[in-house]
Amino acid sequence: MAKLTFHGGIHPYDGKELSKDKPIREVLPKGDLVYPLSQHIGAPAKPIVEKGDHVLTGQKIAEAGGFVSAPIYATVSGTVKSIEPKRVVTGDSVMSIIIENDGLYDEVEYPAVKPLEEMTKEEIIERIKEAGIVGMGGAGFPTHVKLSPKEPEKIDYVIANCAECEPYLTSDYRRMIEEPEKLVKGLKVSLQLFENARGILAVEDNKPDCIAILKKLTKDEPRISVKALRTKYPQGAERQIIYAATGRAINSTMLPADAGCVVNNVDTIVAIYHAIYEGKPLMHRIVTVTGDAVADPQNFIVRIGTNYHELVEEAGGFKKDPVKIISGGPMMGFGIFDLDVPTTKTASALLCLTQDDVSRMEPGPCINCGRCVEACPSRLVPNMLATYAEHYEEEAFVALEGLECVECGCCSFVCPAKRPLTQSIKSMRKIQLAKKKK
Amino acid sequence: MSDLMKVSSNPHVRSKTGTSSIMLAVVIALLPAAGFGIYNFGLGALITIVVTVASTVLTELIFEKVCKKKVTIGDYSAVVTGLLLALNLPVSAPWWIGVVGGVFAILVVKMLFGGLGQNFMNPALGARCFLLISFTSIMTNFDCDAYTGATPLADLKNGVDVNILNMVIGKTAGTIGETSMIAIVIGACFLILMGVIDLRIPGSYIVSFVIFISIFGGHGLDGAYISAHLAGGGLMLGAFFMATDYVTRPVTRNGQYLFGILLGILTGIFRIFGPSAEGVSYAIIIGNLLVPLIEKITLPKAFGKGGEKA
Repeated sequence: MAKLTFHGGIHPYDGKELSKDKPIREVLPKGDLVYPLSQHIGAPAKPIVEKGDHVLTGQKIAEAGGFVSAPIYATVSGTVKSIEPKRVVTGDSVMSIIIENDGLYDEVEYPAVKPLEEMTKEEIIERIKEAGIVGMGGAGFPTHVKLSPKEPEKIDYVIANCAECEPYLTSDYRRMIEEPEKLVKGLKVSLQLFENARGILAVEDNKPDCIAILKKLTKDEPRISVKALRTKYPQGAERQIIYAATGRAINSTMLPADAGCVVNNVDTIVAIYHAIYEGKPLMHRIVTVTGDAVADPQNFIVRIGTNYHELVEEAGGFKKDPVKIISGGPMMGFGIFDLDVPTTKTASALLCLTQDDVSRMEPGPCINCGRCVEACPSRLVPNMLATYAEHYEEEAFVALEGLECVECGCCSFVCPAKRPLTQSIKSMRKIQLAKKKK
Repeated sequence: MSDLMKVSSNPHVRSKTGTSSIMLAVVIALLPAAGFGIYNFGLGALITIVVTVASTVLTELIFEKVCKKKVTIGDYSAVVTGLLLALNLPVSAPWWIGVVGGVFAILVVKMLFGGLGQNFMNPALGARCFLLISFTSIMTNFDCDAYTGATPLADLKNGVDVNILNMVIGKTAGTIGETSMIAIVIGACFLILMGVIDLRIPGSYIVSFVIFISIFGGHGLDGAYISAHLAGGGLMLGAFFMATDYVTRPVTRNGQYLFGILLGILTGIFRIFGPSAEGVSYAIIIGNLLVPLIEKITLPKAFGKGGEKA
């Protein structure tokens, strides 16, 4: 049973009005393009080009480094300048292929496509794998792995995550308004993989226009339904959207497939569309460039590898000096030092703010108000978990289900004492998960 | 753009609600009760309130200066403590009672345990109980210009008829801020609307208290008797303003219900079987001490763990 919502959550200022009415516009890169070999969860990709090689748009430049990995494609034509470590949005240095753009955009010949109905499941999954598609909502989990559960016949629901619950982001919104057919066709690919599954387009009810468009488009599709979910952050978190759309609950030790679900976000499903219907690998994504520091907030279709500087320039530059720049949304995005980082497969937005709440608001002592407990979508007790994390009390942290945290940031957002609860819990989780792996 | 931006772990935005705005809301919510107290008991009540609040705030300031700690009086929590304590004093009490209580509340109950968020019992109630034990005759003397004789709750215990309408309005003897049920409920509604408190604790407290006195009070389901118990004494002030004190109540949802029920039962026991007509302060203090245990047994089940299947 669909619940259409979930326990906990918050209603932050959503900032979507800055960019929601700006049509998607293409940005052509001017400078060098940088392709980090790790743009996904799993093994880094392995370069198959060398310095000095000439490459074409759509040419594979790195192959998957294992089953849980994804290949990377050149998004411009030009020359491989070097392969060296480059800083990415997380602040880490990641080995990257750097390509000098010749500005010609000469393309490779894409492989021939077959009608979807004639493709076998193996062919579909192989094509998606070869296209280098990963979860573009932020996690970057290779999509072909998601689409290859142990028991495909037990998948009951294929969910298109159209919630876009992160404040400021409007890339999925624009995609649904401008190219809804691609989304529906992409979803049908997953439905072909899972015969017993029904497709759900799960949209937050703050996007009534998208809901109307998608309903109209799918009215003759018996296997696809549109569900209007109540607007609340983090409605688009995987566990929360599964619960809201189907009433099924999973924890950190389970995969969506354990609850008979497969979840993909809008841009990922559109990437599947391009791979299956056009034979094209993943080369583009939509990036919302927004925030009160940006002169003219926009939704851009960006070639992966494009430097963030160019995106800000295309959006008219800064009208006020930014204090904080975030790759992604304000709740789960990464704060970055400067704009000199490339757009990756998982970068949904570039948010430039003139104010930094975090440094502006000094943390004080916990007053035990319980707001974090009310807000936690994982039904944890964040104030206690954060204290255990800060005191390095590992056993107590694990006993209190600290590993169930999804790092959504609700607890830090609501905390009146401005404690960095999410940060403390996240750090401890990282340590505990690393220990578990050993 | 040559400067590096600020970086931090997610999330990068924070809600506007802060500790001081919450405390300020509580102060505002206490104003109707305080205002009625001044109207009911006269200027003496105002003096008690001013002296008590000044002593709690100054105690915190001096303690932090002496210990070279960050001054935290700007969070208004000391004002809340002082105001609550003053509302729990009889108007006839001499001014130094407020000072002694204020110093005890802040110095002993709050600061010595680590300051805001660390105290294990409500500072205002801790101080009130300290004063009740130390200066019993002063603290239980409710004679003043406006009223002489016992509080309605004491009358009720002794079988004397009480005027319930006056009790609801607050035109009775008692401590400065506890007499008017109406004024307290107005303040409580404000806090509920502001999202500062919810009805979990006050609701379960009052309901369980009513059930308890219906069974053990000797009057059965007598509406007048129950109403007098609800409007009399510190029950309303305690249930809405002191049992809901964040620091000293359980943080878990089920724990809050359990806490409220416990307070209802304890208050019932103290009022009906104890020597004094009152029982709210002691009930809440004992409840405060049990909070860690209540939290331990009421931890919520993490999302997706056990039970919940399609």
